[in-house]
Amino acid sequence: MISKQEANVIIQNSIWKQNAGVVQILGMCPVLVMSSNIVNGVSLGLATSLVMLISGAAIASMRQFVPNEIRTPIFILIIAALVTVVDLLMNSYMHGLYVVLGIFIPLITTNCIVLARAEAFASKNGVAQSALDGFFMGIGLTGVLAVLGALRELIGKGTLLSGIDLLFGPAAKSWVIYVVPAEQHYQFLLAILPPGAFIGLGFLIAGKMALDRRAEARARAQTAKAEIQAA
Amino acid sequence: MKAMFSNGARDAGILLVFTVAFTALMAGAYLLTRDTVQRNEAEARASQIRAVLPAGSFDNDLLADSRALPKADAVKLGAADSSHVYLAKKSGQTVAAVLEAVAPDGYAGQIKLLVAVARDGQALGVRVVAHKETPGLGDYIEAAKSDWIHQFDGKSLSAPPAERWNVKKDGGAFDSTAGATISPRAVVRAVKTTLEYVNENRQRIFE
Repeated sequence: MISKQEANVIIQNSIWKQNAGVVQILGMCPVLVMSSNIVNGVSLGLATSLVMLISGAAIASMRQFVPNEIRTPIFILIIAALVTVVDLLMNSYMHGLYVVLGIFIPLITTNCIVLARAEAFASKNGVAQSALDGFFMGIGLTGVLAVLGALRELIGKGTLLSGIDLLFGPAAKSWVIYVVPAEQHYQFLLAILPPGAFIGLGFLIAGKMALDRRAEARARAQTAKAEIQAA
Repeated sequence: MKAMFSNGARDAGILLVFTVAFTALMAGAYLLTRDTVQRNEAEARASQIRAVLPAGSFDNDLLADSRALPKADAVKLGAADSSHVYLAKKSGQTVAAVLEAVAPDGYAGQIKLLVAVARDGQALGVRVVAHKETPGLGDYIEAAKSDWIHQFDGKSLSAPPAERWNVKKDGGAFDSTAGATISPRAVVRAVKTTLEYVNENRQRIFE
């Protein structure tokens, strides 16, 4: 099936090195729309992860029957059908959750990260690997959505976790963190509206690059030191 | 050349097989879930309608006691072509009507409303059921986001007087948040229109 080492490589690659949100910069439409707060962002991210897990496994298991020339329409067909099935099943068996997440599910079809992973990974790898890759690509995206959502919510409204009662019922209303006291009605619209999403994402991409560069410089310094010691 | 054609035919055949298989999968999922989905949607609709009426003020099945309004009436209520009225009854007596109304002039298009009106023309409750107003700005008209919509409870065309049926910024009697007056203005107008409609057609609605 899959070795632990291989799994680790896939997970690291999906979450950090090839992160869907800040490295591949794929799936921008839902990312920019749904990242106005943490709850929306994480909900969409988890729904996307689930769909990518299923679509990765489905495409990998059928890849030998798919001719190379017409793979794209077939992948789109498979993804759209799976999203529809997930949508219907959730609507009937998990209606409470569906009321909250329902609007995000059709958005997943428009997320090109799903097709991108089908094309770049699931069409060339085994079922377990593809399922893992899809799921953790989704989790990587969820991370970006959570950070971007937190950023926009904090700067835009001075709160964190607003809207959590939609997921966990009215009792969860007290979980909302008011960084700026609610009575002040603090609002910075730029962060909540679409431009805030673009600006915030820009900072996240820059931050990720800065971290990678620092790690690279440190690694280079270490090899240089080792070479000097060896000489 | 011949090989190209036969490849093309083979690919078309494969695409056809995949299309048929996945359409069948979707059709199967649809058939499997259809009844539950319909039940869930009816239940969600019923609970939305129940929410605009005071608890315990009625004892009938609201969805069963509903009817579509003629197109001319629907247009008066702001809807493009169709609108329904649900009658709330207590021990056989019609006590209130819940109407589907639309505020056509929201900041981002239509705002769909449910308005409960008592026999005497008093508004019992109003809820926004669908809108596209700016999140975090105009969406306080939703009951889930703020208490704003509860201002209409108990109001009628005589209290406040008809000319004061507007937001405070326009000299009316209804609150609104600074910087976001378009959405509440549209809702206030639509509720007023609905009450006027009920006043003019009281007989027809409650009989």
